[in-house]
Amino acid sequence: MEHTWDFAAILANWRVLWVGLQGTLIVFAATVTLGLGGGLLVGVCRYAKTPLLRLPSMAFVEVFRNTPVLVQIIWFYYAFPILTGIEVNPFLAAVLGISLNTMAFSAEIYRAGIQSIEPGQWEAGRALGMAYQQTLRRIILPVAIKRILPALTNRGIEVFKMSTLASVVAYVETLNQAKLIADLNFNPIESYTAVALIFFAVLYPAVQGTYILERMLRKSE
Amino acid sequence: MNAILRIENLHKRFGDLTVLAGIDAAVEAGETVVLLGSSGSGKSTLLRCINFMETPTEGRITLHGRLVGEERGGVMRYRESELCKLRTRIGMVFQHFNLFPHMTVLRNIMEGQVTVLKRGAAEAAAKAREQLARVGLSDKADEYPARLSGGQKQRVAIARALAMDPDMMLFDEVTSALDPELVGEVLKTMRRLTEEGMTMVVVTHELGFAYHVANRVLFLDQGVILEQGEPQQVLKEPATQRMREFLDGHSLFKLPD
Ligand SMILES: Nc1ncnc2c1ncn2[C@@H]1O[C@H](COP(=O)(O)OP(=O)(O)O)[C@@H](O)[C@H]1O
Ligand SMILES: [Mg+2]
Repeated sequence: MEHTWDFAAILANWRVLWVGLQGTLIVFAATVTLGLGGGLLVGVCRYAKTPLLRLPSMAFVEVFRNTPVLVQIIWFYYAFPILTGIEVNPFLAAVLGISLNTMAFSAEIYRAGIQSIEPGQWEAGRALGMAYQQTLRRIILPVAIKRILPALTNRGIEVFKMSTLASVVAYVETLNQAKLIADLNFNPIESYTAVALIFFAVLYPAVQGTYILERMLRKSE
Repeated sequence: MNAILRIENLHKRFGDLTVLAGIDAAVEAGETVVLLGSSGSGKSTLLRCINFMETPTEGRITLHGRLVGEERGGVMRYRESELCKLRTRIGMVFQHFNLFPHMTVLRNIMEGQVTVLKRGAAEAAAKAREQLARVGLSDKADEYPARLSGGQKQRVAIARALAMDPDMMLFDEVTSALDPELVGEVLKTMRRLTEEGMTMVVVTHELGFAYHVANRVLFLDQGVILEQGEPQQVLKEPATQRMREFLDGHSLFKLPD
């Protein structure tokens, strides 16, 4: 097998990929916010004493942790509208699938973080007259989140890569655009290599940045 | 009688385990009461029932002449909001300090004031500095707890509780986790509070403190108060075999003649 690499068509079509990368970033922004934010809510409910909160959140986590994101996206795009009559566009289907999955995974991270805090911290807050919510928000979570930051940034990296799954419903993101170029120019090798390179170019510096952040936080302990 | 706190027929059970089996006691304003008892006798449980960190299984607690909770159908019911308010009036200090690690010393002492009492930041900070001076740690305001010695941490914890202007203070073996050479500074701080007229219930194994500082000693055994009285009397002439055995276990303590 011999292949002569030729990126000319890729470079000529950089705008197409640029549009795709913008789509990727938009999906990422939406899913990382909803996923990690919603996960905090679910994680707190997972830890709650009342079964009214604990059991539904537990069920939520199990459902979305044990089904493939790809299947969820496809389900929201093709099955959900038929069942409910509600139109779902590719963006919404992708955001729902990725966010719900991320919520489920990060909920477990938050819960583990909360559980890692010494019971004495809850006691101290309570003894001062603080309500459960106040103790949680002001005493427990700041320390817990600092502890689980590496796990959360890991999740963030996964979320970024998961955005490519949106291509299955033809949402305009990087992978989808590369496929377009490949189909028109008969250059799948260069097109998909370009996608890998783009993701690496974005993620590698971002990950290095989080390492620096983590080191700074550890120093401030 | 000017009782700040009155405990009547207090029972606490954890499942099948009965820890407190009918405690009756009163604490008067300005009094320092030391609670003695062997490990597992329920001292912490009793202390935690006073500020409702544990809910009594049975019995009534009266603070300043007002019954805590409501009696309905022969059962006591407690509203969390009432208990939160009550806890602001009862300071508690723990064996393991439980300072907030992500806050400076000053912030630790401001936290309850700002979050619970809704004091403004300036007022809370001034109050915090005042309390820090009271425990002799004015120079540590901007340190994080991790940089303090155990004795300093415990004095900050005391200042944190005092900043809420409590009616009484509960101390649960606050010197037990300290290196021996750091015990003295904390006991001295507590002694000063007694002298200033703070009402205190103190669980401790420091019999010297009980002897010299307490107005009254209670000995908890098998879920009831087995002996009580002035420390000079109870510690020197225990009336019961159990109390004698307990005192013998503290061989390090030598009563002054
Ligand atoms: N939350 C709890 N659940 C079950 N048992 C408990 C709980 N808290 C305390 N106990 C039990 O109650 C007894 C008294 O405990 P504690 O009040 O801590 O004793 P002390 O402070 O005198 O050492 C012990 O046997 C302890 O195991
Ligand atoms: Mg105890």
